[in-house]
Amino acid sequence: MNDYNFAYLDEQTKRMIRRAILKGIAIPGYQVPFASREMPMPYGWGTGGVQVTAACLVPEDRLKVIDQGADDTTNAVSIRRFFQRTAGVAVTEATAEATVIQTRHRIPETPLSEGQILVYQVPIPEPLRFLEPRETETRKMHELEEYGLIHVKLYEDIARHGQIATSYAYPVKVEGRYVMDPSPIPKFDNPKLADNPAIQLFGAGREQRIYALPPHTSAVSLDFEDHPFVASKADHACDLCAAEASYLDEVITDDQGSRMFVCSDTDFCQSRRAAGHVGRLGHPATGDQ
Amino acid sequence: MTPEALSGGFRDASIQSARAFRAALEAMARPGTIWQVEGAAPPAPMSVASGVLILTLCDGTTPLHLGASMDLPMIRDWITFHTGAPLVAAEAARFALGHWQDLMPVNRFAIGTPDYPDRSATLIVEMPDLSTAGPQLSGPGIKGNASLSFPEVAAFRANRRHFPQGFDTYLTCDTRLAGLPRSTIVEDV
Repeated sequence: MNDYNFAYLDEQTKRMIRRAILKGIAIPGYQVPFASREMPMPYGWGTGGVQVTAACLVPEDRLKVIDQGADDTTNAVSIRRFFQRTAGVAVTEATAEATVIQTRHRIPETPLSEGQILVYQVPIPEPLRFLEPRETETRKMHELEEYGLIHVKLYEDIARHGQIATSYAYPVKVEGRYVMDPSPIPKFDNPKLADNPAIQLFGAGREQRIYALPPHTSAVSLDFEDHPFVASKADHACDLCAAEASYLDEVITDDQGSRMFVCSDTDFCQSRRAAGHVGRLGHPATGDQ
Repeated sequence: MTPEALSGGFRDASIQSARAFRAALEAMARPGTIWQVEGAAPPAPMSVASGVLILTLCDGTTPLHLGASMDLPMIRDWITFHTGAPLVAAEAARFALGHWQDLMPVNRFAIGTPDYPDRSATLIVEMPDLSTAGPQLSGPGIKGNASLSFPEVAAFRANRRHFPQGFDTYLTCDTRLAGLPRSTIVEDV
């Protein structure tokens, strides 16, 4: 690891990112522009999250990286290895043992605690972007708290589908002020954004924005009185660990239409199986995982 | 420039600034908590905590204002050598260092613009004493109750009224620091 500065980035860059993170913490939900750097991975692979993680890491940290809840997918494995090589930090798959967790599109099922930092990889940080493509206009809309358009979008969902069909990247209003894109997490995870004891940081590399939720901050999912927000998930229990309240992935198992539902959070599922929970298609854990 | 100005920086910049930033981040994210930092040895009367914050956050791109009690040749030299931050008037500053009375009136400092509220100053206020006894705080980062010793309540209340614009503050004393983001609401004593 001595071939790199600690955590890859140079000190000048880390200072710039750190200043942006602090302003983001001071203005919850506001997108702070920052001078995003080229990283040794393509845009869309978490360059924003990686830069935020690099600016936060200390040698004593224990890093967990998840991609859609899984610790063992390509994106998670490559980012975890990147920081093992460039920062020499310890890594873990256990949510409770991690001090910094970089995530792509999930919040772990295990509740986070004080002292942990959750870093989100964000593709499009602007919740209004698909409604208004001009940055000059969306900036003005945030300035004036003019969020009518996003309610129109949710209303059109109801008019077309009979319910709010937005199921991920579901917008939240932070501390009654800024409407924020929580990154493409399933709306099932939205309630965990609010009043979380951990620090939540959001990094969008290509779009050059950093934003944050300090601990114990309010984040209200937008809805209507007659169509309240529902944190939905597949109406099944996990087929491996029988968890009924965790977010599930649907997996097609053959070409006859068979399918199974499994926890998207691999660490959560694994630890439940190790504790003896057995789902419909599971078998008792043997410890050879 | 005096030779003393050349010493007192981080020995291992990347590691020490990383640890210092984590303390600064936790402090700003949890108003009412006090954090210990180390690694800088700035000239008196600057505190270790203020020195650590300046080494961690300031560089040639961040104009810095020195309050009257800090505007000494030794301190100017130390900051210039270690960070390269241009020393400027209060109105142009992204960071400011001083005792509270030096920084008054605080409405001179940048509070950002309505569309870019992040373009605001961060004040580093040297405190004779720093404790969790003082006015009640509420707002983001605070669960239940928190409190902090304050230089002055009225200025921070006025700052909160500008939200989301406003300046952010670090209170420092010796090797300890506390953060006070603009989002914090200072209650009655």
